[in-house]
Amino acid sequence: MPEPRVIQFGYRRHSDQDRTAADAARHPVVVVGAGPVGLTLAIDLAQRGHAVVLLDDADRIGDGSRAICFSKRSLELWDRLGVGERMVEKGVVWKVGKIFLNDDMLYRFDLLPEDGHKMPAFINLQQYYAEAFLVDRVQELPQIDLRWRNKVVGLDQRNDHVVLAIDTPDGRYHLKADFVVACDGARSALRGFVGAEFSGEVFEDQFLIADVKMTAEFPTERWFWFDPPFHSGQSALLHRQPDDVWRIDLQLGPDADPAVERLPENVRPRIERMLGHTNFDFEWISIYKFQCRRMQRFVHERVIFAGDAAHQVSPFGARGANSGLEDAENVAWKLSMILRGAASTSLLDSYEIERSAAADENIRASTRSTDFIAPHSAQERRMRQAVLRLAKETEFAKRMVNGGRLSMPSIYESSLSTPDFDVWAAGPCPGAHMIDAPLETANGEPIYLTEAFRQGGGGFVLLRSGTGDDGFPGCHSISIGEAMPLRDVSGLFSKRYDVTEGAAYLLRPDGYVAARFKKPTTSAVQAAIARASAQPGASS
Amino acid sequence: MILSTSSNFSDPDTAYRLVVEAHRGLSDEDSASLDTALVLILANHIGDAQVLNEAIALAKRQLRSNADKKTSTGNHT
Repeated sequence: MPEPRVIQFGYRRHSDQDRTAADAARHPVVVVGAGPVGLTLAIDLAQRGHAVVLLDDADRIGDGSRAICFSKRSLELWDRLGVGERMVEKGVVWKVGKIFLNDDMLYRFDLLPEDGHKMPAFINLQQYYAEAFLVDRVQELPQIDLRWRNKVVGLDQRNDHVVLAIDTPDGRYHLKADFVVACDGARSALRGFVGAEFSGEVFEDQFLIADVKMTAEFPTERWFWFDPPFHSGQSALLHRQPDDVWRIDLQLGPDADPAVERLPENVRPRIERMLGHTNFDFEWISIYKFQCRRMQRFVHERVIFAGDAAHQVSPFGARGANSGLEDAENVAWKLSMILRGAASTSLLDSYEIERSAAADENIRASTRSTDFIAPHSAQERRMRQAVLRLAKETEFAKRMVNGGRLSMPSIYESSLSTPDFDVWAAGPCPGAHMIDAPLETANGEPIYLTEAFRQGGGGFVLLRSGTGDDGFPGCHSISIGEAMPLRDVSGLFSKRYDVTEGAAYLLRPDGYVAARFKKPTTSAVQAAIARASAQPGASS
Repeated sequence: MILSTSSNFSDPDTAYRLVVEAHRGLSDEDSASLDTALVLILANHIGDAQVLNEAIALAKRQLRSNADKKTSTGNHT
């Protein structure tokens, strides 16, 4: 089996390591774990002007393709961080999924049926490419100090900081940090150091994941089979990645012996039956059992958990890496406001509330999918089979077929949101993420709303429809309308936001809607900003 | 909506007979599959998760393993 693409990084000694434990260097933020979540968080914080130390216990990326589906929401975040276009360019863009029973297609779905969005519904991209592009971006940002082969081996919470003990090839040293964000994955060491449990459901069924290299005629769609002719009684998934690599996911059942099943000579005949030919090579083979579990709390004093370290789901639905990236985006602006003294640490309560509700939603969706794919009892299997058969002739049963409900951003029920006062026929409600729309500048240059949002410089943004430049304090106004800096030539902005002349959406620094007003007043906007910053006495 | 447990069929014997005849001559496995499909079809026709939930609770109270247990929930209808 050829080695997948591996990138090796060098350990470098840092002058912090010359200092004694008593005289340890102090940093505002230490992020532990340079996977997709940790790298993304470090970049977001750096772009907000903060110095970040990023530690990783390894010194290489590229052990298997692992996460491959990145959602529109993740791509919009990465676009704000300067790496989105590169990800899309390298990635395989897809939006159509098909579900088969035996040889017959039961139904197809389209994840982004409308135009006028900068980012596609999904791309497939090997995790090692995503990480490599993120590392390249990190290296452009002098605020980030990325230290490979720095393994956190101890953690001590003090009154106003955290002390980390770190092992390196040159021995142990210590760091102090105002805040530590643990992005150190499903087997998080930091979770153990704070004494947190990680409980949930383990699924008994085993799944074989193989990445095969071949040139093939299959369309760029997600294909999921129940009981396919080439893999009787089980399920299978086929998904395209860049470089002519295809992800194949085969259910093996609870009794399979992983040591035997993973041998290429045993995997090969299964894949040959599936593809109908022998002209392929293996890039990666792995056998998984899935777990759905989460930490009870994501914030432990000054240590904040994000991504797989905080919650784990089955892969059906692409909710693992994508939800971790949403965690990173959610915590970045909040930490930034706290570090700048613009908010108190109580703003982190909203991270806990918003992202643990999202984790619950992801666990619920992924558990339901896994239960449908791998029924627990004879009657559950009968029920599943009844749904699959009924799906051939009834619409209601089609909608019950569950081969994975793909990741959509959560709508936060959050104390940071100001409830609607006006009646809106459309548009993202408070707690939902902004929706993209195509616009034009005064010079007639095309620009997407998600790009224009960046003019806000990382603060609160007031999206305003067709009104003059009388600014509101505490936020950056973006005016859209005739004779305004941005024009809604397609009319899609007005349609997607149900805006009338003068209406405004207040967006948080992560692009989620904090409040919206048909007739905004300075005091109402200020109150909404105070509320979204968790300022004392701000919430009603 | 609340689960209706008053008699809704003008001719309940015919309704009972329809279900009985549907199962005539079927193996236990096929009978179980038929019931399963029927449950899904009728549940969708009702289209109300709360009614379904009440129906499940009523049906569960009839299980032999529950027969001796004193149910304090009473009749929800």
